[in-house]
Amino acid sequence: MEQIRNIKIIGGIDKSGKHENIKCFDIAQGEIIGIVGPTGSGKSQLIADIEQLSQKDSSTRRQILINGEIPSSELRNNPRQKLVAQLSQNMNFLADMNVKDFLLLHAQCRGKSMKNIDKIIYMANQLTGEPIKPKDNLTILSGGQTRALMVADVAVISESPIVLIDEIENAGIKKHEALELLSGYNKIILIVTHDPVMALSAQKRIIMKNGGMTAVIDASPEEKTISSQLSKVDQTMLKLREMIRNGQHIEEKDINQIFLKPTVNNKMATLIHH
Amino acid sequence: MKLVIIAGTPGAGKTSILINTIKILKGTITKPAVVKVDCLATDDDKRFATLNIPVLTGLSRDMCPDHFSIYNLDEMIKFADKNSADTLIMETAGLCHRCAPYTDNCLGICVIDSTSGPNNPGKTGPFLSCADIVVVTKGDMISQAEREIFREKILEANPVCKILDINGLNGQGAAELAKHIIAFDKKVTDRERLRHNAPFSVCTLCVGEQRVSKKYHRGLLRNMNGFQKYIGE
Repeated sequence: MEQIRNIKIIGGIDKSGKHENIKCFDIAQGEIIGIVGPTGSGKSQLIADIEQLSQKDSSTRRQILINGEIPSSELRNNPRQKLVAQLSQNMNFLADMNVKDFLLLHAQCRGKSMKNIDKIIYMANQLTGEPIKPKDNLTILSGGQTRALMVADVAVISESPIVLIDEIENAGIKKHEALELLSGYNKIILIVTHDPVMALSAQKRIIMKNGGMTAVIDASPEEKTISSQLSKVDQTMLKLREMIRNGQHIEEKDINQIFLKPTVNNKMATLIHH
Repeated sequence: MKLVIIAGTPGAGKTSILINTIKILKGTITKPAVVKVDCLATDDDKRFATLNIPVLTGLSRDMCPDHFSIYNLDEMIKFADKNSADTLIMETAGLCHRCAPYTDNCLGICVIDSTSGPNNPGKTGPFLSCADIVVVTKGDMISQAEREIFREKILEANPVCKILDINGLNGQGAAELAKHIIAFDKKVTDRERLRHNAPFSVCTLCVGEQRVSKKYHRGLLRNMNGFQKYIGE
């Protein structure tokens, strides 16, 4: 597959037929972009335009360029070259198989090496509190395990260079690490979200209003710090959840760690770079 | 007259896909008319009526629904002609996975539900394997991995088809299907033939037999062990 170095969104019109504020917006490989705005502001349509590689032929008249050029019809039509992989809260595993067999089948379909399977399960287990075992049936995995496995699978097996994450807010996984894992594979990541942890994890965010892109905001240094703190809150919630599940009592010291200095998940970082 | 035939399993989302696609077609030079065939009952005429285009519904009742669709094709084309449509879209209720309702010069569209499991494309039979376009629905409910496996399994059954992901609820992807319908340039002739044959011979059940025992059955009969014979005149 052709390498995707960047995508360019050329602005069209909003719901009132006026030109969008943002005339042109580039997203480079490995970048994480948030898409925020009230319900009905056109977030999903923007995603749809990117997914379909619209050429001024959708209701918004937007155009999407790949590496600065109009994408070939091969790229638009060949089902094996689907550019966008999606992750959302409503998605489930429905196949009645165990985790290992399922990953093997997926790897086989994509012509990928089978030796990645244990790595995927290991990575997924870094994102969730409850470990996934290779012989677990897919359909009995919890919400958090399911989402974690989906993220790791998209990172390693799916070749799609663009990943779209649609409101994955209450997934019960370490969101920060999940994003790091995906961007570590040099994917372009677009996150539609109402969740501050997710929105502030993005380097830039597109503000949507009345069907149009009204502004693009760079995350400020202060927001980056806040983002790390929020990520801590997130992890504490996950940890508390596990403790309650295991029949433990919660003490004050268990919440106090929210306000400690954030540490980098070194294990994860090492994995990504290998 | 262009002919578009849509087939698919019950509940796969044929009607929802069609409604979203027709909304887009209406904004173009295309003048669509719709015929909906169902087996026992339908209220889809009401759903289609909101689109303000010519709509005809037919119930196949005691006849095989695909046979009914094909048998009445001339009448449907006349209906579309009379209403000055240039594209007849027919939605069938084909059920048995053994035949396909597509003719040589139609645009054959198969709608398949991705939540039906990765083995389903292989089992779906001729209405998938001889379709021009395979529309995959409900992709928003399953994992990316399953979507990719599903797509591969469709290509195994039909290597030359185009695959479109469409969300029947919000219409995402329907614009792409509309584009294919507009770009399709074959016209239906008065010598149309089916792309694929139906099951051979007459079925005793089709002519009303209700008794189960083997001795009451005639026609082309096949045993569990694969042995096949013809009993009858």
